[in-house]
Amino acid sequence: MFKYFPHTEADLQHMKRVLGITNTEDMFQVIPQAVRHNQDYLIPSALPESDLRRHMEELGKMNAQKIIFSGLGAYDHYEPSVINAIISRQEFLTSYTPYQPEISQGTLTYIFEYQSMITSLTGMEVSNASMYDGPTATAEAMFMAEAITRRNILLMSSTVNPNIQRVVQTYAKYKGLSIEIVDQKDGVINLESLKSKLNDTIAGVIVQNPNFFGIIEDYNGFSDAIHANGSIFIINSDISTLGVLKTPGSYNADIAVGDCQSLGMPVAFGGPYLGYLATKKSHVRKMPGRICGQSFDRNGKRSFVLTLQAREQHIRREKANSNICSNQSLLALYATVYLSLLGPKGLREVNELSYQGAHYLYDELLKTGKFTPVYDKPFLKEFILHTHLNVNLIAKILSDHGIFGGVNLEYYNPEFQNVLNFCVTEKRNKIEIDRLVSLLGGLS
Amino acid sequence: MKNYDHLIFELSVPNRKGYSLSKAFAPKYSLSDLPSSLLRDNQPMLPEVSELDVLRHYTNISHKNFGVETGFYPLGSCTMKYNPKINEEIAAMKAFNSIHPMQSASDTQGILKIYYELQSMLSDISGLAAYTLNPFAGAQGELTGLMIMKEYHLQRGDFHRTKVIVPDSAHGTNPASATICGFDIIEIASTPEGTVNLELLKAALSDEVAGMMLTNPNTLGIFEKDICEISRLVHEAGGLMYYDGANLNALLGKARPGDMGFDIMHINLHKTFSTPHGGGGPGSGPVGVKDFLIPYLPNPQVKFIDNHYFFDWNKDSIGSVSGFYGNFKVWLRAYVYIMTLGKEELGKVGEISTLNANYVRVQLEDEFNLPIKGFSMHECVFDGLKDTSTGVTTLDVAKRLLDYGVHAPTIYFPLLFHQSIMIEPTETESMQTLDEFVTVMKKVANEAKTDPLMMKLAPHTTPISRIDEVYAAKKMILTYQDYLRENQ
Repeated sequence: MFKYFPHTEADLQHMKRVLGITNTEDMFQVIPQAVRHNQDYLIPSALPESDLRRHMEELGKMNAQKIIFSGLGAYDHYEPSVINAIISRQEFLTSYTPYQPEISQGTLTYIFEYQSMITSLTGMEVSNASMYDGPTATAEAMFMAEAITRRNILLMSSTVNPNIQRVVQTYAKYKGLSIEIVDQKDGVINLESLKSKLNDTIAGVIVQNPNFFGIIEDYNGFSDAIHANGSIFIINSDISTLGVLKTPGSYNADIAVGDCQSLGMPVAFGGPYLGYLATKKSHVRKMPGRICGQSFDRNGKRSFVLTLQAREQHIRREKANSNICSNQSLLALYATVYLSLLGPKGLREVNELSYQGAHYLYDELLKTGKFTPVYDKPFLKEFILHTHLNVNLIAKILSDHGIFGGVNLEYYNPEFQNVLNFCVTEKRNKIEIDRLVSLLGGLS
Repeated sequence: MKNYDHLIFELSVPNRKGYSLSKAFAPKYSLSDLPSSLLRDNQPMLPEVSELDVLRHYTNISHKNFGVETGFYPLGSCTMKYNPKINEEIAAMKAFNSIHPMQSASDTQGILKIYYELQSMLSDISGLAAYTLNPFAGAQGELTGLMIMKEYHLQRGDFHRTKVIVPDSAHGTNPASATICGFDIIEIASTPEGTVNLELLKAALSDEVAGMMLTNPNTLGIFEKDICEISRLVHEAGGLMYYDGANLNALLGKARPGDMGFDIMHINLHKTFSTPHGGGGPGSGPVGVKDFLIPYLPNPQVKFIDNHYFFDWNKDSIGSVSGFYGNFKVWLRAYVYIMTLGKEELGKVGEISTLNANYVRVQLEDEFNLPIKGFSMHECVFDGLKDTSTGVTTLDVAKRLLDYGVHAPTIYFPLLFHQSIMIEPTETESMQTLDEFVTVMKKVANEAKTDPLMMKLAPHTTPISRIDEVYAAKKMILTYQDYLRENQ
């Protein structure tokens, strides 16, 4: 027998007797012999726990843990230890989607709190219970724009992170939507170029703030032009920055989307992260995903329950807004606990410290004389610089010294030769930054 | 705390804090240097609470939840098996958590090796040629698989295949994914035995059909005995076969979708491969394909050449479906699970889970309607109580089970029956647990006759009683801000 299968030989005998069979094979007669798999899988033999630990530690050692000085959609913020204690509780970890509210108030309560925090941070009115990640949330926002306007072309700023652009393009292609890219000017979306592309076929406009270059864009005046055209305004933001930056709601956006990884979630090679999607109440019926609402139980007790489910795939099938079923609920709990611990002041402090560290690094790198600004625009924790140094040499030197940073944007787009990305969070201290500067400053 | 009933916002006290951050070292820079037009003009509504406040709050609300370690969780179609602790331990290792997704291949050989080996093992387990681990969940796996199907036809210059066949017993995600992928749906009715109706299938096939989506065993827990014929017919008509892997657990050690003629499939790692459901996610939905479809897998793909693992970007690919590489720590857990079971134990999963389901089925046939007779696979579906004279419904039965410390089965799905009760015990439940469940089910069936009013008002012992769902939908109190407005 095996530790995950509790059946003893006596149990098996008894169960077969109850079923009136002598061989468990009798239950599988319906499977045609031609497709029976009568051999062992080509996988290793079972590993006892100690051997397995050793094996995984070996695999762990094959990865290089480094001091992180880049962002590009994954930010190395501080992870309060309380969070893991909470999300490891089996009541949260092992439960299913809260379809039975009477025994799921734990999950439903935190979803309600999560929705409240997301709407407040984004300045919107409603949020769903979570999406997979920022890029797929953006693609879902695109579908919402299509459903609301019944138009099928989206405009997307060229300053949106290419990782997001790629996912949006993929989703658009197969749904039969098309994407037109709006040019940038000085590192931000060009409003004039946007206006010239607006017409009655445009379902919506997708922008990102802070954008791919780390620049804080200014969308004053955008919603007037977009709404006058009957289009939907979609802003993708790193949620952590909305603790201090002007909200999508204040810009009068219709849909706010993005990633919540920046809320202290480990960078963890890209996942699991958490996408958010928030909108105005008038669009709630076009919103994808689960939504939790407050109600009362039979005894008048305040309670929470999944609501407006008639939008969803398990009810509406091919007419559903979205196909999303499993989401990232446990990460929504992570985000909720993080935001509870940090509060409004802590979130501001995270941004303030990241801002200070990033601007310190920026100025120190310029002082080395080896870097020059690409755009003269405000940024928060992430920025780009041009260098005349050999970028391969930079990558090697940093790597040799246990630093990951200065990602070459040429990886994304050949136009950006010798343009490097840096990011500083509140986790980076002065010693680490000075070391990075002296390594790069010493190169020639 | 008994009857704990707060939201975290209600614990907030101004200037209380639950964090500690590093000291500022460059105070000459300040956010206030930014133009105020770029900054938010109010403070976000977040609570101000201490660490212990946070821990107590979430511990107290966790007590209102039911998990796999709380008790029996026979939720059909969801495969609520035990989620091993070693998986969690490994997923928490710093050597995996501290790696940035943009780090180079040489920095991430261990993770890429896990990716590559897991996709190889899933390929063998399912009889396919290659996998992507990038899709985040089963539904996104379906969408990814359908994109591959569409791309295959497009690159062959076959532009008129705009329809996908889906049986009426399918999971709701199947038709929803097909719509999102820009297909029209042809839904075909099942036979009275709950399987694919071959005549209706033949009638539905044409040169406009891109493919068929099928779950096998289907959502009634029945193996599609005509699967080889179904695949042959769809292939003859130029379509591809898509396998919805939601019920793969039943087949472990018994049969492989690839051998049945399926060309594309997804696997729900959070079902068959034991990763925790997390209150609704994160899941992971790897997609596997036959070799002729490999070029269309989403980007990036992991390759292994000259003893080196790396990401490859293929120009024929459908594109990317994830910002990075999917839910890494979920597929990491699945890898640990497979290594724990090994070839010796993994092959027994289908057999034991099927035995468990049938053991429950035969003992409940007297009290509950069994629409499809004979052996089921890993789950069995009843159509409500036999004795409906007192008006007690499947919903009432489900709610009463909660009083007995059992999670309700899936109810009102599949849609083929009006009072569906779908029971999936999984292989990690003992005979004794199943015996207790059978006893409780019989007791509830009896209570339905003797005390229907009590049943209608159940549950009675849970943290809350039945909820007014109409109020929730009508009032749309979806945030604490809404709640405060409503209670001004």
